[in-house]
Amino acid sequence: MSQQKSCFALDAERFGDLIGVLKDLGYVVYGPVERDGAIVCDLIDSVEQIPKGLSDVQMPGSYRLVKRDDGRYFGYVVGPQSPKYVLRPSQHLLFKVRKDGKTMLPQPDVKKIAFVGLRSCDLKAIEILDKILLQGPYVDNTYAALRKGALFIAVNCTEPGNNCFCTSMNTGPFAQSGYDICITELLNDGNHVFILDVITDKGAEVVNRLGCRNATDEELSAVSRLMEEAKNKIKKKLNVENIKDDLYKNLEHPHWNEISNRCLACGNCTLVCPTCFCTSVFDKTSLSLDMAERWEVWDSCFSIDYSYIHGGSIRQSIMSRYRQWLMHKLATWVDQFGTFGCVGCGRCITWCPVGIDIVEEANKVRG
Amino acid sequence: MKGKAALESTQMVEVEVMRKFSVENVIKETPDTYTLMLKPLDKKEYSFVPGQFNMLYAFGVGEVPISMSGDPDEKYLIAHTVRAVGAVTNALVNTKKPGFIGLRGPFGNGWPLEKAKGKDVIIVAGGIGLAPLRPAIYYILKHRKEYGKFFFLYGARTPNDLLYKKELKEWKSRFDMDAFITVDAGDEKWTGNVGVVTTLFKRIKLDPDNTYAFVCGPEIMMKFTVLELRNQGLTDDKIYISMERNMKCGMGLCGHCQFGPYFVCKDGPIFSMDQINRFFGRREV
Repeated sequence: MSQQKSCFALDAERFGDLIGVLKDLGYVVYGPVERDGAIVCDLIDSVEQIPKGLSDVQMPGSYRLVKRDDGRYFGYVVGPQSPKYVLRPSQHLLFKVRKDGKTMLPQPDVKKIAFVGLRSCDLKAIEILDKILLQGPYVDNTYAALRKGALFIAVNCTEPGNNCFCTSMNTGPFAQSGYDICITELLNDGNHVFILDVITDKGAEVVNRLGCRNATDEELSAVSRLMEEAKNKIKKKLNVENIKDDLYKNLEHPHWNEISNRCLACGNCTLVCPTCFCTSVFDKTSLSLDMAERWEVWDSCFSIDYSYIHGGSIRQSIMSRYRQWLMHKLATWVDQFGTFGCVGCGRCITWCPVGIDIVEEANKVRG
Repeated sequence: MKGKAALESTQMVEVEVMRKFSVENVIKETPDTYTLMLKPLDKKEYSFVPGQFNMLYAFGVGEVPISMSGDPDEKYLIAHTVRAVGAVTNALVNTKKPGFIGLRGPFGNGWPLEKAKGKDVIIVAGGIGLAPLRPAIYYILKHRKEYGKFFFLYGARTPNDLLYKKELKEWKSRFDMDAFITVDAGDEKWTGNVGVVTTLFKRIKLDPDNTYAFVCGPEIMMKFTVLELRNQGLTDDKIYISMERNMKCGMGLCGHCQFGPYFVCKDGPIFSMDQINRFFGRREV
């Protein structure tokens, strides 16, 4: 770790104090919660809500939680929900219009958000969303309001999952940037410590209130060792060199058709993807017809309406919709925003009901 | 997910989200297409560049992208030509005072009218594709001396489907432009050309190094028009087409209008062929 000077150690027993400090500082805290057999991202009031002693086993089309007896807090990787669920709400009111044309904007009473337990890939996803939604020419006001003042407490992945390929996308498994505090969970010989790497003033404010001792050299070298081990545990690889041009060249590759025999166009991959940002709007009126509202909702390039213009949808076939999605993630996104639209979190592989694997498919299309 | 915690909101504040326009005049162009003349209710001027579009909102029904089809020098009466085929477009053409049409825009880029100065220009339009080209025609005719030869080819399905019939007649009679009009199928009164718009190319001879082409119409029409332009020696950097995709936000934030690496709403709708030839005409891109 580069910022050795600001590395602190916190006994895992004091994890609750960390949550307490965040609340004292006025943050609304989102963290991992076990619900419906998965680790989801939800509001946290106390540390008791944060699951302990759980692991996830992720395979293409499969996600299972299993118990572990070492009492580790972060013994799993990413669940179905990314921070997108909070920062880009799946449904929200854009504005109201009166019959006389007066328009009213909701003035969200936005509280400062603290995310606890974000993984490196999700931090990278936020960086990508920032580029799209904040850096113009137009700005998404809702995202901007929620994003402003947010505090990110990341967790380094020491036990990456089967579907993770962050090393290929250069987004993990250890957080590189975009966090205020980054936790590495050390657990050996009954010694359960969080090593906190603090790189911002906002993060320092939290740690100062918390009161922590400095991390020892021994602990820091353990962190470095875990990082190397974690990298080596990641088996899934996508060679991203020239992938954009390879995909552009293979727009008509027969493998796209083969994928469409399996793809259900359900859109799960776009819902769980931490960078998929597409939305649609719908309008509704009050019964008295004197007030109308416009709502923004998530949309998916897998729906047939997504590309609808007069005369019919541009992308009628599932083949073309899957191709649009994959090409966007790994090719056109690069031209649009100078980065991949994929962070290698593997969620689309896990939550695909038929286990379509973006890495495998991209490799096959490249021939 | 109790996603509302960080975004709880009850308070509403009056903010102008869109400008309001009244419908001053409705001109019936074809059996289903109307030109709406919109007047800003805030009495402030409205400016646009030929080729841009607005998002027009019908109260409580929805919003659609519509190109401006009038004279860009007219700042207080803004023409939009709308084909009334869906819920929103029907609501738009039926808007009566004191009702209003909400307007966000202008969005998108425009035809490269500056770049084309000193050069010949050919405009090729198909059907309602003439609407976003009409402001460019007005502009060129007003600054006629700044351009070389000016060709105009227009095709529609039937004589009934021709837009702006009076102006077509006027344009055909002008000596400072070569206007040709055709229909796919004539009727008993039609004495003009019959055939798709590309059949008109045999009537003209373009100077390939010195000509800019502006094309708008159905994608299939543009595809074959581009082939004709290339046949006459035009290079892709001189051929500009206006693309249509689903547009919801106009700001490149909703994703719907993606066409290869482009957001049609903010990177287009007008592209030079050398920008898009990798994707144009490919099925379902």
